[in-house]
Amino acid sequence: MNRSHAGWWFAAPSLLVLALFFFVPVLAAFAMSLTDFDLYALTDLDNLRFVGFENYGALLREPLFWKSLGNTFYFVLLGVPLSLGLSLGAAMLVNSRVARWRNFFRTVYFAPVVTTLVAVAVVWRYILHTRYGFLNYMLSWFGIDGIDWQGDPHWAMPSIVLLAVWKNFGYNMIILLAALQGIPEDLYEAARIDGATGWQLFRHVTLPSLAPVLTLVSILTMTGYFQLFAEPYVMTEGGPLQSTLSVLYFMFEEGFKWWSLGRASAVAFLLFVLMFAITLLQLRLTRREVRQ
Amino acid sequence: MTRRSRTIVVNSLLVIGAVFTAFPLLWMVSVSFMPTGAASHFPPPLLPDHPTLANYRELFANHSAGRYMANSALIATLATCISIVLNTMAGYAFAKLRFAGRERIFGLLLGALVIPAQVTMIPLFAIVKSLGLVSTYAGAIIPTMTSIFGIFLVRQYTLALPDELLEAARIDGAGEARIFVSIVMPLLQPIIVTLAILTFLATWNDFMWPLIVLTDQKLHTLPVALAGLSREHVQDNELMMAGSVITIVPVLILFLAMQRYYIAGILAGGVKG
Repeated sequence: MNRSHAGWWFAAPSLLVLALFFFVPVLAAFAMSLTDFDLYALTDLDNLRFVGFENYGALLREPLFWKSLGNTFYFVLLGVPLSLGLSLGAAMLVNSRVARWRNFFRTVYFAPVVTTLVAVAVVWRYILHTRYGFLNYMLSWFGIDGIDWQGDPHWAMPSIVLLAVWKNFGYNMIILLAALQGIPEDLYEAARIDGATGWQLFRHVTLPSLAPVLTLVSILTMTGYFQLFAEPYVMTEGGPLQSTLSVLYFMFEEGFKWWSLGRASAVAFLLFVLMFAITLLQLRLTRREVRQ
Repeated sequence: MTRRSRTIVVNSLLVIGAVFTAFPLLWMVSVSFMPTGAASHFPPPLLPDHPTLANYRELFANHSAGRYMANSALIATLATCISIVLNTMAGYAFAKLRFAGRERIFGLLLGALVIPAQVTMIPLFAIVKSLGLVSTYAGAIIPTMTSIFGIFLVRQYTLALPDELLEAARIDGAGEARIFVSIVMPLLQPIIVTLAILTFLATWNDFMWPLIVLTDQKLHTLPVALAGLSREHVQDNELMMAGSVITIVPVLILFLAMQRYYIAGILAGGVKG
């Protein structure tokens, strides 16, 4: 094997698989979104018709699509800040100099991250059960009446947020913990000598030092949360009254329940463009903040 | 605040947080040992009065849990083995071997990290269908066979290996394949373990793709089977908890045993699901 060819030989299998099963599908997703690809086209491509941007037009006129988009935004806007806040809080507690058994706590907080989403959704469906669930039982200790978590359209999405935050906060905690440990102790010492209080230390030393990492984890978390699917699939089946129907769930139903694969591709593509735009916006905003 | 009171506050908060975090999993295990109907009471029981394995017996005897578990294990193992070989080779090539277009291709790969896998899912289904691989194990592992993140992970690690080592082997007349197998692979062992765990857990836990591609119930993985079962047996809490236990516990044990490697993977730059 020639040395300059060796590189190609080593990279080729991976690149071939990526090209066939990732890059071609990405391009095909856009191409398919311009057609009326359906069950008939799946068996014989002769049944395929080019329809231009008709799928996109139809989507923008479809109230259910807007509903799923609104639900997904609600989930992201509620879930991401809660998730990040809890991650940061947990990271600071575990990192505290007075904390005991740090490794133990770190492991416990991280454990939900590695669990199977479908399985913990099943568990949470039971915890949130109106009559026998533990959460309503705990609320009853404080004299609060049981909430119909998954049956009430107002509470269904918050209960999915609860599951998502519980499952995910440990992930960002690990990253923030590493970042916290990277902040030089001198910075805190200097600020303390200047008479800074605990809150001021957090506001003027910890937060600015974490800013780049916080940007990264907020983008990663946000893009993850936009891909909401398994939780409503298991817990609420998108209901009640479509209050937990997410964009991906909508795509799944369009594609694999109604077999409108062209339209489903348009949904996927719109979601991707949206996520991409928001990521760029977030990057630009943070850059401006850092400059100021 | 004095140091003593701060110690108490911080550690109490840590304990409270741990109780809330661990509770759902502990309760799941506890309820899975309760006889049918025992968990449907108010107030909800914390521990089983008469622990029983009936739910597990029911799962394996009447709901083919053994079969789904074998499917999950087989798909996750195959995906892990293939992805180790492919990603390690590519990661090594991008780090240590020169070839035309290397930097440009790597830049393209990094840029593509922002594309969520779901965008590819519909055309991928059409491709898998045209290859006749719908409802086969091969169809299920296709998207996990290689990953940009995996290549990136191996490349970063390989960059730190000394070039002199590879040069010395070349001067001794070793071929590129030989160098890779007997020098590079052993040195990459830690990152290979990390990659293996990340891939295994991600494949085991994956839901949307297996749900789409495995239309034959006999090939269902545990998460797909559990989701289906939970729609049919909405009221059967004890059985569902047992189903969740057999789905979660294998990966949880694997994680606890290999925690160090898993965390190393995350810190190397965010896992893409």
